[in-house]
Amino acid sequence: MTEEKIGVYICHCGSNIAGTVDVVDVAKWAGEELKDRGVVVSRDYKFMCSSLGQELIEKDIKELGLTRVVVGACSPHLHENTFRTACDRAGLNPYLCELVSIREQVSWVHTDRQAATEKSKAIVSGGVERVVHNQPLEPLHVPIHPATLVVGGGIAGIQSALELADAGFPVYLVEREPSIGGHMAQFDKTFPTLDCSACILTPKMVSVGGHKNINMFTWSEVTQVDGYVGNFTVTIRKRARYINEELCTGCVICQEKCPKKIIDEVYDAGLGYRKAVYTPFPQAVPKYPVLDRENCTYFQKGTCKACEKFCPTGAIDFTQEDEYITVQVGNIILATGFDLFDARRIKQYGYGRLANVFTSLEFERLSNAAGPTNGNIVLRDGVTTPESVGIIHCVGSRDKNYNNYCSVICCMQSLKFAHLVEERTGAQVTNFYIDMRTAFKAYDEFYQRLLEEGTQFIRGKVAEITDAARKPGEEGKLIIQVEDTLIGKQRRIPVDMVILSCGLEPRHDAKEVAKLFGISCSADGWYIEKHPKLDPVATMTEGVFIAGCVQGPKDIPASVSQGAAAAARVLGRIQQGEIALEPVRASIDEAKCSGCRICNNMCPFNAILFHEDRMVSEVNPALCQGCGTCVAACPAGAISGTCFSNEQILSQIEGLLLLNVRRPLVVETVY
Amino acid sequence: MRYSYYPGCSLERNASAYHVSAMEVAKPFGVEFAEIDDWNCCGATEYIALNKIAAYALVARNLVIAKNQPDNGHTLVAPCSACFLNLSKAEQYLSENETFREKMNIALEAGGMHYTAGGLSVRHLLDIFVNDVGYNAIAEKVVKPLKGLRIAPYYGCLIVRPGFQGVFDDHEQPDTLDKLMKVLGANVVDFPLKASCCGGHMTQISEAVAMDLLNRLLKNAADYEADILVTLCPMCQLNLDAYQADVNRYFKTSYHIPVLYFTQLMGLAMGMSAQAMGIGKEFVDARPALAKIGVEVPEPAPVKKKRPSKEELPMPRMPEKE
Repeated sequence: MTEEKIGVYICHCGSNIAGTVDVVDVAKWAGEELKDRGVVVSRDYKFMCSSLGQELIEKDIKELGLTRVVVGACSPHLHENTFRTACDRAGLNPYLCELVSIREQVSWVHTDRQAATEKSKAIVSGGVERVVHNQPLEPLHVPIHPATLVVGGGIAGIQSALELADAGFPVYLVEREPSIGGHMAQFDKTFPTLDCSACILTPKMVSVGGHKNINMFTWSEVTQVDGYVGNFTVTIRKRARYINEELCTGCVICQEKCPKKIIDEVYDAGLGYRKAVYTPFPQAVPKYPVLDRENCTYFQKGTCKACEKFCPTGAIDFTQEDEYITVQVGNIILATGFDLFDARRIKQYGYGRLANVFTSLEFERLSNAAGPTNGNIVLRDGVTTPESVGIIHCVGSRDKNYNNYCSVICCMQSLKFAHLVEERTGAQVTNFYIDMRTAFKAYDEFYQRLLEEGTQFIRGKVAEITDAARKPGEEGKLIIQVEDTLIGKQRRIPVDMVILSCGLEPRHDAKEVAKLFGISCSADGWYIEKHPKLDPVATMTEGVFIAGCVQGPKDIPASVSQGAAAAARVLGRIQQGEIALEPVRASIDEAKCSGCRICNNMCPFNAILFHEDRMVSEVNPALCQGCGTCVAACPAGAISGTCFSNEQILSQIEGLLLLNVRRPLVVETVY
Repeated sequence: MRYSYYPGCSLERNASAYHVSAMEVAKPFGVEFAEIDDWNCCGATEYIALNKIAAYALVARNLVIAKNQPDNGHTLVAPCSACFLNLSKAEQYLSENETFREKMNIALEAGGMHYTAGGLSVRHLLDIFVNDVGYNAIAEKVVKPLKGLRIAPYYGCLIVRPGFQGVFDDHEQPDTLDKLMKVLGANVVDFPLKASCCGGHMTQISEAVAMDLLNRLLKNAADYEADILVTLCPMCQLNLDAYQADVNRYFKTSYHIPVLYFTQLMGLAMGMSAQAMGIGKEFVDARPALAKIGVEVPEPAPVKKKRPSKEELPMPRMPEKE
């Protein structure tokens, strides 16, 4: 018999719970049957989370002197904080309030009213037994370092960096490529307004380059992340550029004189050439070129040094080595973007085999005025203008053989391509789509415009692209074989050029990068946000935020919004000066710890350190996320989780099993 | 390397050249194909559509026989694509569907047989050569490269799909045969219709469909200036070879593309004689194409006209067509 005074509150949640569970009966039962377990009051209410519902609890705490509160309502993910705050207002330590779920775990998953009611009683009873062992806790306070690390210099990362820097806080921007700009720098036009991509991007790039609060590391990668929210220690590998940045004026004479020509697989998507020493594009930020060691004649064969001979300022420095730089930051924003789906994987589309099949990124370069053909849309022979073009949607997307998800941008991107082809070549364009998805502002208007411009649309998934001519008119063409699902017939459409609107995929190394920063990926490889609707830029790891395509496929406006949103979240943190962390933490009883170190490697947050001198492990409370892995793993039972102590869990199980709850039929037949 | 071998009906008759060449080519690699005893027809391409139980029982009988002869190893090799597909399909369905297996066993019991799942993998002859023997080993044995011979590698539709056990190549654009022909020194053309259908038994059912499907293949091979179509299936070979003249009549075309088995070309490249490879039995004369690589094929022996015996009575005279 406990001395605690427990209040039980059962929520109807409108009809969400009350529709399946007899909530009145549950409340009445708890008030009567759990009286000897310490329950002094038990009530039901239509919406416990409403102000009136909360006031009910607060009033009881004050008037009846409740020392523990159990709320039977929705999942703690949703309203735990609401009820804890209510208790706090009434002077009760918030961690003495327990929210048990009779919605997600009962009413939403069951249909049998009687059984659901009995199960709710069991769950409430478990909560009552558990809450007795809850300890009053105080949140942990951690100071926040004002600097922020932004990883990825695409449009999302640029936006984040600028927002933070403009607010007056230092930013470290790390980019793997020689220049910031990301995929957006490769595009010619942006949908649906068709404004010039470079024109809207480069001013932002220049702002980043010249910003006094932004410390930019291009041609660099993050190699190590230590510490925790508010106080991360990050190691950045600054790859040797072999260019002395203090002497270089960005005149690119080195690039002109370099005799080594290489296919540019990154910026020109394999459609153009670059030199071994190069800036990827004229507006690159920073202006300094990089010398690509793997392709440099001097590094590979020992002679050449043409760049050094011609450099007017003597800025070429073959002796440079990689530098490792360590910085302190309070928060991290990951904006590492996407990779394009590899069209070679769909062999029947012939990419890589049939010359005039292009990927979407190739077409972006083809149509770009600064691209390899100066914006002339031509076939792979470099001269012939196509008279007919087929654009295939959903390549690698919405296809269970490759990726199940929709890549979001492809419909609009395809419409943009169709418009550019018609505008510049007058060719007849045919789009092959499964569904047209032109949601968001002014997008569908663009689709309507294309329809009026005479672009053809065929609804159906393309089966094959072949050069095997069968009928007159197909000779020398690429034939697109498709079932037109609107007329229910197989069709063969001969065209000169095919553009594959390839989907977006997570970066090839997304999983390793996620591990480096201690966050998790979905099965597809996109980084998982804290809440898909209500917290899309935070992650489950405190202090690590995500923005742009790293979270899932999205277009430029959405990437920019997320970049700004992540920055706003970080600014809020910095402004507070310190952060209150949930005190749900593991702790190790040193007297019981045998120093076996099993927990050290188990911890997904690297929160456990080992003291060599005393041969015991210790949990860093600021790093610990309270997941409980180590608690379960410890063979000596030396680790205990606050809010999840063995005592609490065992009592809860006892409450679920031992009280006067009707046993389900199945259990009886087993005995 | 010793394998159980299921030749299938065609290899005893129209595709005997395939059988002979496969056996000859296997020898230098130490590969032995041990024919299973008392096998029966696999039902080919259409029987399964008529009566499922009977059709699968026909195939399952072969599987049981092969499983009961474990001395030949646990791999059953079929050179014909239809046999290969039927055997692997039956093994797949029977091993995963218990009800079907029970029904099948009632049928098999009539012959005193019982099917048990597993213990046998069904593979195609090409799979054995490219994956078990390997390209490198084959390359070492090439003494007369097929240099200058333009070859269109034709896989047909049965060998690569559906994705049952034993399927070893891409469903849409397979390339193992391409690689094999390159190893033999041939000039392999990028044959887009490599995995398209030859028409199967459509030649018997619907002439128009069969002619169209064959025409697609022949036209495409001709467009690519292929000297030879190389196949790995007796059905494909028969259709493309025996009906080529019909296609020419039907569409007023003039294709002349000999159709040979990959084993025959392997043998030629390994220095074996055309005769030993059974070359000369095809309808579309392969001699002009093979002359390009200096392979001589002896003139086919003239068919002797049977002289009417003196006792024979005269044939009835038919009225002249107007």
